[in-house]
Amino acid sequence: MPAITISSLTKVYPGGVKALDELDLVIEDGEFFALLGPSGCGKTTLLRTIAGLETATDGTVAIGARNVTGLAPGDRNVAMVFQDYALYPHMTVRENIAYPLRVKKVGKAERAAEAERAGEALSLGGLMERRPGQLSGGQQQRVALARAIATRPDAFLFDEPLSNLDARLRLEARTFLKRLQRDLATTAVFVTHDQAEALALADRMAVMEAGVIRQVGTPSELFHRPATQFVAGFIGSTPMNLLPGTVEDDDRVDVGGATLPLPAGHGVAPGTAVIYGIRPEYVGLDDAHSQGAVPGTVAITENLGSSYLVTVDVAEGVQVRATVEEGHEPAADDRVALTPATRRVLVYDEPGDTLLVVGERQLARQR
Amino acid sequence: MNTRSFIGRVAFAGFASLIGAFFALPMLWLVFAPFNGRPTLTARPSSPTLDNFREVFDRDDVLPALRNSAILVVLAVIVVVVVAAPASYALSRIRFPGRNVFLYLLLLLSSVITGSASILPLFLLMFGLDLIDTYHGVALALAGGLLPASIFILKDFTDSIPRSYEESARVFGASSSQALRHVVIPVIRPGLAVIAVWGAVQVWGNFLVPFILLRSADKSPAAVLMYSFYDEGGRADLRAISAFALIYTLPILVLYWIVNKRYGFRFHGGIKR
Repeated sequence: MPAITISSLTKVYPGGVKALDELDLVIEDGEFFALLGPSGCGKTTLLRTIAGLETATDGTVAIGARNVTGLAPGDRNVAMVFQDYALYPHMTVRENIAYPLRVKKVGKAERAAEAERAGEALSLGGLMERRPGQLSGGQQQRVALARAIATRPDAFLFDEPLSNLDARLRLEARTFLKRLQRDLATTAVFVTHDQAEALALADRMAVMEAGVIRQVGTPSELFHRPATQFVAGFIGSTPMNLLPGTVEDDDRVDVGGATLPLPAGHGVAPGTAVIYGIRPEYVGLDDAHSQGAVPGTVAITENLGSSYLVTVDVAEGVQVRATVEEGHEPAADDRVALTPATRRVLVYDEPGDTLLVVGERQLARQR
Repeated sequence: MNTRSFIGRVAFAGFASLIGAFFALPMLWLVFAPFNGRPTLTARPSSPTLDNFREVFDRDDVLPALRNSAILVVLAVIVVVVVAAPASYALSRIRFPGRNVFLYLLLLLSSVITGSASILPLFLLMFGLDLIDTYHGVALALAGGLLPASIFILKDFTDSIPRSYEESARVFGASSSQALRHVVIPVIRPGLAVIAVWGAVQVWGNFLVPFILLRSADKSPAAVLMYSFYDEGGRADLRAISAFALIYTLPILVLYWIVNKRYGFRFHGGIKR
């Protein structure tokens, strides 16, 4: 049975802003599910509507077999971890963890034992008598997690769980969170605007834009087969090359003067206006004498650590980015040749809403 | 340093000292006069004596008056705290049209229409409610005067509490009154301490309202009792007044000390994390 089922959910705020637009989503039991999108896309509203902190204007939310659309937050048996952790400053760590049980009228002894257990599970053993103000950011986050675990919820809801940590701690906490969710095997939904975080943590993820879900799938599906130009541009740590152009004969696309190769048998009629997409990671870069490659001039190289992001002018106003291993980076103004890996090429129709070509496999979908 | 700025600094220091002395003199008087066997209106050390205090405590209306003041303070402060906490919470959390205008009007009217301007309608109101010559009538009238500013101060404290505190309590199943009692009130405790002490000082020192609303002499608080230290001719009994003034001041000083030690005064919100 799915853990969370959302059917044609609509949320309109009093001012008339439509945050969610007839949204459908099914989250499976035990899944670690990411809601990814830019700010203002409705991902936090969706999470808060699942929690019951926002009331749905239309549509339903079901947790397990229960329709919880009209229930108060406290009756939904979900636990939410807030971006700022919402630890109560006047309570000790132990009191914070035990607070949900206090509200649920659990006896004092059982409360203490449960808090102890949850604290132990998150290695907070020596900190139980401290107050939140005396803890580091990472410790505060673990207290918030312990408090959520102690309630034994049907689902965890995380609102930007890592954004309050500094960069180094964030990676550690990410691994920790993934292992914790796997060990508990409880459904968890988390909201993030960081595509790398979503790719790293999620079993499945949804990319949202303007109150609707653009695509749902595994991180690898969304990375390799983004359904729209928006998803393609949003996912990936180096931005994808997305170049408007026209399909020509001999499996080529003209993008404002330069021609880029299409996979054989792509099935798109010549003359069609398209958007040509290829990730910088899948663009090869050689010296200018390569056969059949796209010639260009290096405009800028950016150091990414173990690799370089090279921006190449291939025609007037048309730039293609490629990543190159360290030690092989060209200098600015060098003449180079680019070879896009045709099996990684993605082709979208002109507004960018439909994926026409994925690498060597042609999609049947045509407008 | 050139001569001009030197003269300027000397003039400024002299002026500041003058102002300081002006405000310090009554304090000095309050320290010296009670222990002076023959106090005058000058602040001058003398051979100390406790005769003035003996005389004050020989009167049988002094201790009851202090007790009456304490009763009024406790009643009024309870009303202020119990009403201001939920009111400020609601004003902080619920958006309704005209909320800010309402808040400013409340504060403005309560500070413009001071005790003496509103004393006649207040008297008629209390008369109509049959609350003349009762402690709770006086306490209600005084609390009403203190509430607008108290709500205004407390709202600032409540505004500084992240909404996520209450939202997380709600997800755990707490009702809004539980969220208020378990989370909001403990976090705004310094604010409650500020309005409680400030309210206590206002009530303790208020002369006009109990003077008008209380009829029986045995119900008079200390501020009203002091008025009886003048004889029919309007001459002040400086021995009694000076000693009583010091006794009258001490409880407030002690209150400040205790509350500051326990909660620390802060006049704005802000979560120390």
